[in-house]
Amino acid sequence: MLKARVIPCLDVKDGRVVKGVNFVNLRDAGDPVECAVAYDEAGADELCFLDIAASHEDRGTLMDVVRRTAEVCFMPLTVGGGVRTLDDIRNLLLAGADKASINSAAVADRDFVRAAAEKFGSQCVVVAIDAKQAPTAPGEAPRWEIFTHGGRRPTGIDPIAYAREVAALGAGEILLTSMDRDGARTGFDIALTRAVADAVTIPVIASGGVGTLDHLVAGVKDGHASAVLAASIFHFGEFTIRQAKQRMAAAGVPMRMD
Amino acid sequence: MSVAIVDYGSGNLHSAHKAFERAAREAGLDLPVKVTRDPDEVARAERIVLPGVGAFADCRRGLDAVSGMIDALEDSVRRRGRPFLGICVGMQLMATRGLEYEVVPGLDWIAGDVGPIEAPGLKIPHMGWNTLRVGRPHPLLSGLATGDNGLHAYFVHSFQLYAKDPADLVATADYGGPVTAIVARGNVVGTQFHPEKSQKLGLAFIANFLRWRP
Repeated sequence: MLKARVIPCLDVKDGRVVKGVNFVNLRDAGDPVECAVAYDEAGADELCFLDIAASHEDRGTLMDVVRRTAEVCFMPLTVGGGVRTLDDIRNLLLAGADKASINSAAVADRDFVRAAAEKFGSQCVVVAIDAKQAPTAPGEAPRWEIFTHGGRRPTGIDPIAYAREVAALGAGEILLTSMDRDGARTGFDIALTRAVADAVTIPVIASGGVGTLDHLVAGVKDGHASAVLAASIFHFGEFTIRQAKQRMAAAGVPMRMD
Repeated sequence: MSVAIVDYGSGNLHSAHKAFERAAREAGLDLPVKVTRDPDEVARAERIVLPGVGAFADCRRGLDAVSGMIDALEDSVRRRGRPFLGICVGMQLMATRGLEYEVVPGLDWIAGDVGPIEAPGLKIPHMGWNTLRVGRPHPLLSGLATGDNGLHAYFVHSFQLYAKDPADLVATADYGGPVTAIVARGNVVGTQFHPEKSQKLGLAFIANFLRWRP
């Protein structure tokens, strides 16, 4: 039986791990390669690097981090942040990433998703969606809107329709982050997660807002996500990967306990 | 004596390279592992690994584009019986034909076609960790905990090899029905999952391949 995945996400800036609370107040949580090895040994199902400085700075440092990580970690690695061209994807894959996560570039040009999937295969194309709940009148069904550029730029795009579109273009997976919940530790936006997961036939990774282990359970059971992503609850040692998986397994979510 | 990982432009071989080196080291084997696109080097290798990611047709074209590589593989693997491991699309290429997007001939080492996974109501790709149900014993599974409570392997694929001869099917994963996980015949074996990404199970499986005397 296929198991739900727990994916620690390392936000990387200048070759160091940081975790932003609502994308400000950065804290240094160590060397990404060391963290990656620790998570590999702890039984993480995959690992995600997000290059949060990608828009502005040299990517050489990140490539070096990816390369060194791939030498010592024998589990799948997704890398996102600043992926704009087919060459960006190629470079990440050559450095040792298994999947590249595309965000703003796919919003700007959907055809980039198709080109990436055709060139490298759907299995390595993750489309990251950052969404916020849109203001609604009382009694109106919830709506969401995609934001790009680290949450600064509204797009007017509905994440559910967009998810369907990128899935049809060849995306292999969706990494869905609630910008409202990111750093808030109040749990995933379950309504958003379920709306997107139920709209597409490709796997969805829930992200943004994890503060307790029960939030991880809810992401899969209520949000219908195939995988759950979290950062700070793992990075600062509040919970281990194993504790997370045990809690999820106890709640009836099939987990890999190897 | 060496292990050749065939480089034909299909994805990253860096972590596969490192995983085979680590498995060799942990198994106490002094086996140099080389990533190569040189058919002569492949012909000289004691063991051959054919990785592959992406679409079947792209991989087939990539393999064809390396002059002399198919001949080197046919000679080494088919005529001289060198141990061979195909991984993911590298495994699918062992089939008679691929039916992804277009009909493309494979190496025809394992009779069968590569077609879409049929798993109504489930997410496609089949992506993540799954256990192995073993249909028949195989030396590469020696010492590995398999079955529904066993170790997990990492899969990411939308197509699978439907082997014609049930004897070629060594193991399946359960995903809305059996999905081909390992095929084998004589000195060739193929895994749909990625041993180089499968942590404990993966490194043990690779070590078994490096010791295998078919």
